[in-house]
Amino acid sequence: MSELFSQYNYVIVIILMMTGLYTVFASRNLIKKLAGLSVFQTSVFLLYITIGKVSGGQPPILVEGGASYGTDVDGHALLEGTIQVAAGGGSYILPGPGSDVLYSNPLPHVLILTAIVVGVATLSIGLALTVRIREVYHTIEEDEIEEKDFIYNLEGTAD
Amino acid sequence: MSDPTQTFGRDPHVLLRVIAKFLIPLIALFAFYVQFHGDYGPGGGFQAGVILAASVILYALVFGLKAAKRAFPPSLIRYGMTLGVLLYGGTGVLSWFMGGEFLNYSVLAHDASHGQHYGILAVELGVLTTVTTVMIAIFYAFGSRQPETSDEDW
Amino acid sequence: MALLNFIPDWLLTHGPAFLMALPLIMAAITSILPNKRVAWASTFIVTAILTITAFALALYNAEVGTTVYKMGGWAPPHGISLVVDALSAPVLVLIALMSFVTVIYALPATVAEIKPNKRAPFYAAFLLCVAGLLGMVITGDAFNVFVFLEVSSISTYVLVAMGAARDRRALSAAYNYLILGSIGATFFVIGIGFLYMETGTLNMADMARILADLDGGSRVAKVAFGFIIIGLGLKLAMFPLHTWLPGAYAYSPTPVTAFLASTATKAALYLLLRFTFFVFDPSYAYVADVLMYVLVGMGVFGMVFASLQAIFQTDARRMLAFSSVAQVGYMLLGIGIATTASVGAGYLHLINHAVIKGGLFLALGAMWYRFGITRTEDFKGLGQTMPWTMGAFTILGLSLIGVPFTAGFVSKINLAGAAAGAGWWWAVGIIMLTSILALVYIGRLLLLAYFQSPPTINGVVVERNEAPLTMLVPMWALALGSIFIGVESDAVVGASIRAAELLLGTG
Repeated sequence: MSELFSQYNYVIVIILMMTGLYTVFASRNLIKKLAGLSVFQTSVFLLYITIGKVSGGQPPILVEGGASYGTDVDGHALLEGTIQVAAGGGSYILPGPGSDVLYSNPLPHVLILTAIVVGVATLSIGLALTVRIREVYHTIEEDEIEEKDFIYNLEGTAD
Repeated sequence: MSDPTQTFGRDPHVLLRVIAKFLIPLIALFAFYVQFHGDYGPGGGFQAGVILAASVILYALVFGLKAAKRAFPPSLIRYGMTLGVLLYGGTGVLSWFMGGEFLNYSVLAHDASHGQHYGILAVELGVLTTVTTVMIAIFYAFGSRQPETSDEDW
Repeated sequence: MALLNFIPDWLLTHGPAFLMALPLIMAAITSILPNKRVAWASTFIVTAILTITAFALALYNAEVGTTVYKMGGWAPPHGISLVVDALSAPVLVLIALMSFVTVIYALPATVAEIKPNKRAPFYAAFLLCVAGLLGMVITGDAFNVFVFLEVSSISTYVLVAMGAARDRRALSAAYNYLILGSIGATFFVIGIGFLYMETGTLNMADMARILADLDGGSRVAKVAFGFIIIGLGLKLAMFPLHTWLPGAYAYSPTPVTAFLASTATKAALYLLLRFTFFVFDPSYAYVADVLMYVLVGMGVFGMVFASLQAIFQTDARRMLAFSSVAQVGYMLLGIGIATTASVGAGYLHLINHAVIKGGLFLALGAMWYRFGITRTEDFKGLGQTMPWTMGAFTILGLSLIGVPFTAGFVSKINLAGAAAGAGWWWAVGIIMLTSILALVYIGRLLLLAYFQSPPTINGVVVERNEAPLTMLVPMWALALGSIFIGVESDAVVGASIRAAELLLGTG
């Protein structure tokens, strides 16, 4: 039980994920399905964000000073390997393994930014399709659409 | 949509409109802050683009879609989307011509640090343009489908 | 190789990025081109350049082996890498070539099916789809795969919905595809997230190395594998997850159907191969179990049941769509047996089936273009009214069944040989059985076309009305291609065996 509380983020993710997935499959209304899909996708964003969090870590922003990896020929600070931070200018460096600054992993945030954009694109396409379906079928209930399609199949003409 | 200046005094949304007029430039300004602060801290083209689009969308919500379409013509949208992608892709193509890999900003200037700086600025500007226009495009697309709510329907 | 001398060095070094950047940038430009002919021409030129580039990269790959392109100059595993190896190169060629063939066909087809003001956006969405498919095949970064998967999927939803001008059911088909496709992509990205938790990297080669060090990894890796298989299973229409496919294929514009049938599920299958054999490894017990029970099981069920469903369809495109589900079963069977020969045969069938099914859908599209044919009973007398189109359809149909000297025969005999070699004699029986089922549903159409006279409308016998040349050329190119693969199979079989050797590390 205490394990559940200590890893509450996963519990929330699972609840959201199942809610979303259930809504997608259980509801017969096109908009509700899209809402469920959005909740489902959001749960994944949360999953990614929580795995990027380092407890006690600060945001991964350049800090002044800190351990340096030396400078290149132009006097710019070198970071890990050959990766350079252009904005560094010598005195600012990203907190890295050499420094004593603990920071959260920024990568999942960047990934999720992309995934959010993908989610927005999917949602707007889905809504646009729903608008078109309503214009053509005059309903957004899946049962009625299927009924109309069934009649259409039998008669070969639109009503 | 009636012109708000002519119906002054009878406009039921006068508070809303005055405050929105005050807020919209601030929102746009904040968008550019987020855009150009993206180099040093959290921020960047995506967030800035959405905020900038939010200012136009707020304008459309308060003053009506027609007024918004006069302020930000829909014909701009397609060109804006393309311009943004071209800015992004063009940076990549430019870095090809300068002898680097695709989107290798290091070759864009005399030294790698400056190159990275210029590169990310150009790319983020492209992202800003595309995201702003796409968000407005989505809003216009859905907003134009239904007849607008007139002031009397409130 | 002599051909490579004509290709500039620049294209060989920067080709991988060029392959995905060119269609992306040109999609943006195409969307603002006013005239539909200009939009078509730009798409035509882009796909032609893509085909040349993909061929050059494949030849270069055969010569020098795996090449890794560092995007933005950032070295992997931190940066995004683009990998051209024996596995991805043939699929790249396939996608580029099929897009080129489809675009030629699309010139008359879009005039009939897409409203004039929607044609430039149509080509823009098409180019985006091509960019997404090429990107997800070429990238070496797991999250990048997801992004490109969604780029191609979202543009596909739009393309499918554009069939609404012809048949309004395209809208609900596109909607269903969107819901299931998004769920599939989200499952996939959950899997990638768990893999990232387990390995701490997103580069696929790096993931593979770390997973091997961990000896298959903990329970997190197993969960990741499960999510990835389900997600990709939805995208590639693995048997019980295929319900989006018949609608999407039947009601989308005809060039889109041909392009989707030959590339979209194939790119997802490529990802399945990439993840099960390259990132994960069949030597881990859980991967072996999934291969043995899930992929083979669902593959075989799909082969039998989807073939049976195909027989009872009245809509010709739905019939071919169910046949596609069945053919995916062949590939899954080949992958599931997991020997070099069988994976090679599965990969071979992936390529051959893309050529065959693409051509069949092009022929069906031409029949719709001339006579509005969608139902199977309308095939009556097509052998007389559209002899050339029906000729191509016949060749490709026989190839689908697996008649000797066609592409379908080569891949089926390879698959049956591989199954027999692994001692899976029952699988050989299933392959025979489903080939007979294919004979039933294709033969039914051929009988109608050749042994029935054309229908009479208002007392007048329907006259011969052949498809335009721009439609005949692509479909005959694919028909002759399938014969060419059937007769001169060494090149394609060699490529698929090289891919299998790369995957199973037996090369």
